Amino acid sequence: MESLLGFGIFFVSFAGIYAILALGLNVQWGYTGLFNIGIAAFFAVGAYTAAILTTPESPNHLGGFGLPMIAGFVVAMLVAAVLALAIGLITLRLREDYLAIASIGLAEIVRLVLKNEEWLTNGTRGITAIPRPTSVTFFVIVAVAVLVTYWLVERARRSPWGRTVRAVREQEQAALAAGKNVVRFRLEAFVFGSALMGLAGALYAHFQGFVGPEAFEPMFGTFIVWVMLIAGGSGNNRGALVGAFLVWGLYAVTGFVATLVPPEFATQASAARVVLVGVLLIVVLLYRPEGLLPESRRVGPGPD
Amino acid sequence: MDIVQAILYGLILSSIFALGAVGVSLIFGILRFAHFAHGDMVTLGAYLALAVVTLGQVSVWLALPVAVLVTAGAAIAVDHVVYRRLRRTRPVILFLASVGVAFVLRNLVLGIWGPQNLVYEPGIKLPMQFAGLRLKIDQLVIIVASIALISGLALFLRMTKIGKAMRAMSDDPDLARVSGIDTDAVVRWTWVLGGALAATAGVFHALDTRLQPTLGWDLLLGFFAAAILGGIGRPMGAIAGALVIGLASELSTLFLPPVYRSAVAFVLMIAVLLIRPTGIFAEARR
Amino acid sequence: MSLLALEDVRGGYGEVDVLNGVSLTVGEGEIVVVIGPNGAGKSTAMKAVTGLVNVRGGRIVFAGEDITGARTDAVARRRVCYVPQEKNVFPSLTVEENLEMGAYLRRDDFGRELAAVFDLFPPLKDKRRQPAGSLSGGQRQMVAMGRALMLQPRLLLLDEPTAGLSPKFREMIFERIQAINRTGVSVLLVEQNAREALGIAARGYVLVMGRNRHEGSGALLLADREVATMFLGG
Repeated sequence: MESLLGFGIFFVSFAGIYAILALGLNVQWGYTGLFNIGIAAFFAVGAYTAAILTTPESPNHLGGFGLPMIAGFVVAMLVAAVLALAIGLITLRLREDYLAIASIGLAEIVRLVLKNEEWLTNGTRGITAIPRPTSVTFFVIVAVAVLVTYWLVERARRSPWGRTVRAVREQEQAALAAGKNVVRFRLEAFVFGSALMGLAGALYAHFQGFVGPEAFEPMFGTFIVWVMLIAGGSGNNRGALVGAFLVWGLYAVTGFVATLVPPEFATQASAARVVLVGVLLIVVLLYRPEGLLPESRRVGPGPD
Repeated sequence: MDIVQAILYGLILSSIFALGAVGVSLIFGILRFAHFAHGDMVTLGAYLALAVVTLGQVSVWLALPVAVLVTAGAAIAVDHVVYRRLRRTRPVILFLASVGVAFVLRNLVLGIWGPQNLVYEPGIKLPMQFAGLRLKIDQLVIIVASIALISGLALFLRMTKIGKAMRAMSDDPDLARVSGIDTDAVVRWTWVLGGALAATAGVFHALDTRLQPTLGWDLLLGFFAAAILGGIGRPMGAIAGALVIGLASELSTLFLPPVYRSAVAFVLMIAVLLIRPTGIFAEARR
Repeated sequence: MSLLALEDVRGGYGEVDVLNGVSLTVGEGEIVVVIGPNGAGKSTAMKAVTGLVNVRGGRIVFAGEDITGARTDAVARRRVCYVPQEKNVFPSLTVEENLEMGAYLRRDDFGRELAAVFDLFPPLKDKRRQPAGSLSGGQRQMVAMGRALMLQPRLLLLDEPTAGLSPKFREMIFERIQAINRTGVSVLLVEQNAREALGIAARGYVLVMGRNRHEGSGALLLADREVATMFLGG
């Protein structure tokens, strides 16, 4: 019973981190139509920032500076936001598929840097000894973070700003004609969403007590977040939450099944889990593109 | 001398980029979406050839045409099951679906063949030496065959009825339909050509390096960079783009750690998007 | 019996209806012209025939067959050839390749039609190897009409073929339309230059707000006071 509770706390904490990623992506894609497939870049930058700031001094990587966790959270969001500002200034004027290619390229560069710049990140060995609160404390921290994030993005959605970015997404021409600076609104949404992804990264660092480059490979850093948002309902924050918990739950269950497989088939089992997530994404796109909880809106779907 | 050697290696990489980038560009022009699974189609082709080599005990050169055919067939099948039904939606939805396809393909390969490095034929092939330069026979074949294949594609697009129809649909899909062009056939041919060239790129790259489940993924950024550089939707522009990306990637190893080779492609692409979003080799349209 | 009949057609793009009940017929060998103010649904009515518009009500009949909601290439297969107003050539294809694409559905030799198109539009002959995108507006219109003729159309749908052309070119295009018609091709023409168009038409229709407003012989519409004040510039 106790171990079940322990697993529950672990599961909800982990899913909560993904929920923040999904909410961040919802601001970018769901509200504004920004096609960011480099989530991993902001997630990783947040995690490493928090790790470097809060670990005790180490000869293996930059810092650590031994700062309190809260400083890690704030600076992680700031660094992710600055990165988003820089990449956004370059790409947000471009067509949406160009932004996508540029963002995945950015994520790859970030991953290469994390892997190879040992002075900064200790390379593939990663950063250890990140302060780890007890699982219950961490659970509370994540719960608060998810609730605050949800409140923030929901408030943003209902605000005039939220209406404008949706107008930007739906009919750029009309928004332009209304004298709105489309690029500025896109940039704001991109930076806002990316800062949330940075926060998720910081939480992840303290959850694991360790960060290494593998966690930010495209599958776990980016792709699964997209599946969560699309399955849950793009544009709908409750959908993003539901999607994060459902998809992570599904993934956890398949992980449990995978432990029953003989160890010599471990590679096959983990590959099969990813195939399953990929198939899930395709099936949702084919049969329920609006997701479980569709966005409430008055106008029809976007232009073809 | 190092520079000349790097240029030589750059040409090999350019050949492989060109084979993939031409397909990306063709698919973008005709189906109007960025095909994210192209890299993993390359991987699939490389491993299908390996399957033929191991099962049939034949040389990789005999396995290549089989891999090409099966990959082309797989591309048509994926289009039929997934992309065809999403054609009336927005291009980003198709793009996202291709992300899903990419992960499925890569992990099927990983599940079947495992994560370790593999080769078609064991043993070390010694490079030929001339004037202080090193080049393996395989590498020479890769360059020559790539030039031949792409010239063949150029002729196909110029001379055949379906090739012209492909260019027409790339120009204007509605007008193509109005003219009575069989757009379903055009789409099928697009996947056949894109899949065939992708499989060839995969086999060539695996010959030059190793088989690895991330083989195609590692090339994907280069494909897109080359296609965008050449003006996406213009297959022949992609060749020039591939040359730039391939040479720049190899030459960068003279002063950057080789691990950043793939980042060079990306940085170049961003630079080009900033200066000329239509690509440097795209002719100005009126 | 008429070659083409639209019966109370309703529909438009996406969810929005542009056509609120349009009826018209084109008889075998006729030139029929559709005029009306901007946004009246003239072009949309023509596109409805080609299957590029969502038709939500009414019927479209061609040569006795119901083609409502047919696929665009299926309409082309019936030799109904449509020339859009804009984007009516393949810009990166040469003039000759554009014409070949018009003959895509043909399996027989189309050398005669190719020669006929060059006879009809002599300037194209010298430019046959040039990309169509490099031509002037008037020459592009010739390529577009030539492309449609390659299929030996039974019905030619022309959407504002003289828009943006100089008076000289305009006159030439109208004259060519008559020449094409004399070879037995029926023509449905949407036009802004209403006076000249009605001059060559057997009959005309006036559409307003996606509905029929007037119809009659070309001469009758030219003489109509309301039509004259609305569309003929006084």
